[in-house]
Amino acid sequence: MRALFGSKATRRPPVRHRPEPWWALSLPLLAFLALPLLGLLFYSSPEELWANLARPEVRTAVGLSLRTSTWATLAAVLLGTPLAYLLARREFRGRLLLDNLIDLPIVLPPAVAGLALLLVFGRRGWVGAPLDALGLRITFTQLAVVMAQTFIAVPLFVRAAVIGFAAVEPELEDAAAIDGANGWQVFRRISLPLARRSLLTGVALAWARALGEFGATIIFAGNFPGRTQTMPLAIYLGFEMELGVAVGLSVILVGCSFVVLLLIKLVFGRAIWRNSRP
Amino acid sequence: MITDERKRTWRLISSIGLLLLLLLGCQPAGGETAAPTEVSAVTGATAAPEAATLNVFAAASLSDAFNEIGAAFSAANPGATVVFNFAGSNQLATQITEGAPADVFASANAAQMEVAVASGRIDAGAAQQFVTNRLVVVTPADNPAGITTLQDLATPDTLLVLAAEEVPVGRYSLEFLDLAAADAAFDSGFKEAVLANVVSYEENVRSVLNKVALGEADAGIVYTSDLVGVEGVTALEIPDALNVVAQYPIAPLNDSAQPELAAAFVEWVLSDAGQAILGNYGFGPSSGQ
Repeated sequence: MRALFGSKATRRPPVRHRPEPWWALSLPLLAFLALPLLGLLFYSSPEELWANLARPEVRTAVGLSLRTSTWATLAAVLLGTPLAYLLARREFRGRLLLDNLIDLPIVLPPAVAGLALLLVFGRRGWVGAPLDALGLRITFTQLAVVMAQTFIAVPLFVRAAVIGFAAVEPELEDAAAIDGANGWQVFRRISLPLARRSLLTGVALAWARALGEFGATIIFAGNFPGRTQTMPLAIYLGFEMELGVAVGLSVILVGCSFVVLLLIKLVFGRAIWRNSRP
Repeated sequence: MITDERKRTWRLISSIGLLLLLLLGCQPAGGETAAPTEVSAVTGATAAPEAATLNVFAAASLSDAFNEIGAAFSAANPGATVVFNFAGSNQLATQITEGAPADVFASANAAQMEVAVASGRIDAGAAQQFVTNRLVVVTPADNPAGITTLQDLATPDTLLVLAAEEVPVGRYSLEFLDLAAADAAFDSGFKEAVLANVVSYEENVRSVLNKVALGEADAGIVYTSDLVGVEGVTALEIPDALNVVAQYPIAPLNDSAQPELAAAFVEWVLSDAGQAILGNYGFGPSSGQ
């Protein structure tokens, strides 16, 4: 993509004193994205919004969501980094298939992911049945929430990490190896720091995706306030009953996602976008 | 180099365009009504009068029975196409309040019918009870927790799944627990003991049933109408005295573009033929207006 569009843009000198049509052309999309969010924000008066946010069930759902999505992101990083490195650095049979497999959770409806998790980790599943015999149960627990979120969010991290690792010059890694660094040291001292921007983008995307996860969670982990009822679940059920609560939670969800994404971009950042230019 | 890139860009754009065309081509043509989920085909009629589309908003639990009724109704009324919008009654009532195009509303409870009446689009007193539904306890066929009586639901460490309080069946389930706790045959702490066993409050009655059928839960509470054609579960009856009978009301909308057809549909549902179909799907006869 970069080579496709980027190189041409750099060749042309910046144009001045000409009205920029790109702003006008971007406006419909910006309005389309921003208006519904503003609608949410201004649906209730600030007092109502505050009263709804102060409700204990809302606070429980917010806390649970922040906790589980953080665990899920941690799991995505720990489990996803080795695979991303492998995909970026090694040529092997079936690489394309593996690469495709990783992308699958992005395009699957989350309900399908939840069902698949339930069939394998449920009480009668390949993994769930032996565990059940040991007296361990995953479904309807907080672990199930984290697993559902990880399943859905990990591809976003792996995808970003592959791009990051692939952009590290192999010569740098080779040079370090010649200087006597072992495989782990090369990874730790060279590849990881150089790929950190992509990795952090991946972390942000995975975390935000985990925070918003709904379909897989409600099928695999069920819905129990304080145990498995995350913000998106509470929003959905709130919509059935009390619109005010649903709107309040939606505002928090949008706000949390926006602030975290922004912070990551600002703190680690600026560079994320600068980095993506040639 | 530039032309090469341009060529590649065009190839990319045109292949995406082709793909989009293909995908769009897969959509059924001519769907002009809002949120249709099921379209029963117009049956080959000899002298069809003008074609008319009837939008029926019906509770999710009615889907199977109403699909059959819709087909039969279309056959009896050449030219009429029934388009169903199946969802939770509360969502349907919200959609009606928000002005969604609807001709008939069939709700799973009186409360949501009242919401629709309050919107002004259904006349007060226009709603008629047409069918009833009862609660039943289900367990997986192999019954891992060994539940043979309703009292067994209170046994500690039983994995129980109920519908959320926000959906009608979830509220009825709680009412059943209240009735049981007040009954001499049950412990006074029955409700609390049962609720302590709940591992999930599902968002609709179908997912309660599925969690039980998959063996994830030891028991759940659903409608009898949900059990028709479902394998892998065993039903445990709830006696009449403790059961909560859901009354389903149906009414035409007063701003319907096809008032006669809407009235005819309601009549058809209330007719012997309509009631027979509903009976086949596990619904009980209505106990009157």
